[in-house]
Amino acid sequence: MATTFTLRLFRGDAKGGTFRDYPVESEEGMVVLDLVHRVQASQAPDLACRWNCKAGKCGSCSAEVNGQPRLMCMTRMDLFQPGETISIAPIRTFPIIRDLVTDVSYNYVKAKQVPPLRLKPPEADGTYRMMQEDIDRIQEFHKCIECFLCQDVCHVIRDHEEKKTSFAGPRFFIKIAGLDMHPLDTVDRSRFMKDAAGIGLCNITKCCTEVCPEHIHITDNGIIPLKERLADEMDPVVWLLRKFRGVKPKTNA
Amino acid sequence: MIGKILKDQHGHVAGAVPAGPGAARPPITAAHLRKDAWWALPLATFVFLASFVVYSTWAAFQNAHYFAAPYLSPFYSPCISASCVHATFGGGLPDLTFPVIGLLSPAFLVLWGPGLFRLSCYYYRKAYYRSFWLAPPACAVKDVKEGYTGETRFPLVLWNFHRWTWYVAVLFIVVLTWDALLAFRFPAPGGGATWGVGVGTIVMWINVILLAGYTFSCHSCRHVCGGHVNEFSKAPSRYGIWSLVSRINPQHPTFAWLSLFSVGLADLYIRLVSMGIIRDLRITF
Ligand code: SF4
Ligand code: SF4
Ligand code: FES
Ligand code: FES
Repeated sequence: MATTFTLRLFRGDAKGGTFRDYPVESEEGMVVLDLVHRVQASQAPDLACRWNCKAGKCGSCSAEVNGQPRLMCMTRMDLFQPGETISIAPIRTFPIIRDLVTDVSYNYVKAKQVPPLRLKPPEADGTYRMMQEDIDRIQEFHKCIECFLCQDVCHVIRDHEEKKTSFAGPRFFIKIAGLDMHPLDTVDRSRFMKDAAGIGLCNITKCCTEVCPEHIHITDNGIIPLKERLADEMDPVVWLLRKFRGVKPKTNA
Repeated sequence: MIGKILKDQHGHVAGAVPAGPGAARPPITAAHLRKDAWWALPLATFVFLASFVVYSTWAAFQNAHYFAAPYLSPFYSPCISASCVHATFGGGLPDLTFPVIGLLSPAFLVLWGPGLFRLSCYYYRKAYYRSFWLAPPACAVKDVKEGYTGETRFPLVLWNFHRWTWYVAVLFIVVLTWDALLAFRFPAPGGGATWGVGVGTIVMWINVILLAGYTFSCHSCRHVCGGHVNEFSKAPSRYGIWSLVSRINPQHPTFAWLSLFSVGLADLYIRLVSMGIIRDLRITF
């Protein structure tokens, strides 16, 4: 059974723009992206929107639906009241190109800054060995599809543009966590995390976790454990235990 | 500076971040476009947290009705000053008297511990940054204040010492468990003591169990128990404990609320019994 909705789409670019209403029909099982495509096919052929897989895996169709960062292709129409007016805005934290398309290159700059993995020397027989329990924890972070919804919602850069230079954002905190918790890693990323990635700016209010379409526990399993790793430096008990056990912290020598 | 850190720690110096005033963001001025009742949760959090702070401060100033044999209010445990109605460790520290305030209630000698533990807790930080600071009030709703420094400056930077308060909190669990054990030992009518169970005993046990749930689901606990290890296969016991803590860690917010209520209600119950307003039902053997 077809239901009519009104899509209130943002139309415009950096020079100016407004929300415009498009009435459009939805059939059972449709998602927001289907309706956007219908508008594009029938009423606004010049509407710019990015998409690729329609399966929640490419991370291209990020937008703000009724003010909430979401993947358009994974937002089912049965979430809304029949006849509802649904606003669809571009992800507002990034510079706009046109309509629903933004320039997310901030994220690529931040990605390059992350100190990559540097492996330990291999074992005597020339191989590396890891057990499943060693990498269970970091596999969660590898589910990231780089939709940048978490970056969009993070108030540190969303509401404070000037923080973009000193803050990497949640997507890169889980990237750092995945490297730092890697069983074969040797790099000390402590100063990087504090002073270049700005982890102290995160006030763990968890919006990144709320919007992540891959349901990655960004804050609980990524950011907080990293903050705890940094806190080790100030913990006398840890210091004593390490001395006692002869554990050497990672260095960048 | 960032360039030097990147060099020292093997990050790549990449092109400049497209930033600057406005950086050509979508020209949308609304503080948010949400249509749901996003304000309900921060408002409820504000009301409950503020009520707890008001009640506990009031109760701490009372310096009376915190002991109804054999129950000791968690706000006054361990009771360590000389004026304690029920001194936990026999004697007691000399009483402290201040101008204006007068005699310092023994509650203040202990409340700083659990107080700082909760104030620096990762979950409560989220709760009050959203509901009191309004930074942000809800997701995708604009921060109320213009400037922002997160937890990089004094005093908020001190919350990185949360782990220290956790060590203290563990000691409190030991003390409160002892109190709950003593809550089985009732004064006998003819002097001496007799074993039994009262409603107060149950109240104290529920409270200490919820507080233990809160304390051992803490993120700092998760880290010290094994979160710091990178090769779990080489540290099987720490892996085991870490896995256990990781199982209850997602319930940390639930424990945070339940234990907040239980600790307040335990104090209230003991207060009302001690004031003679309610009678504690008990069975003694
Ligand atoms: S938890 Fe931290 S990183 Fe995630 S959205 Fe909030 S401030 Fe940003
Ligand atoms: S962490 Fe989640 S929200 Fe962030 S970019 Fe990856 S998939 Fe998207
Ligand atoms: S189109 Fe690929 S995630 Fe939506
Ligand atoms: S008590 Fe909440 S995180 Fe430690």
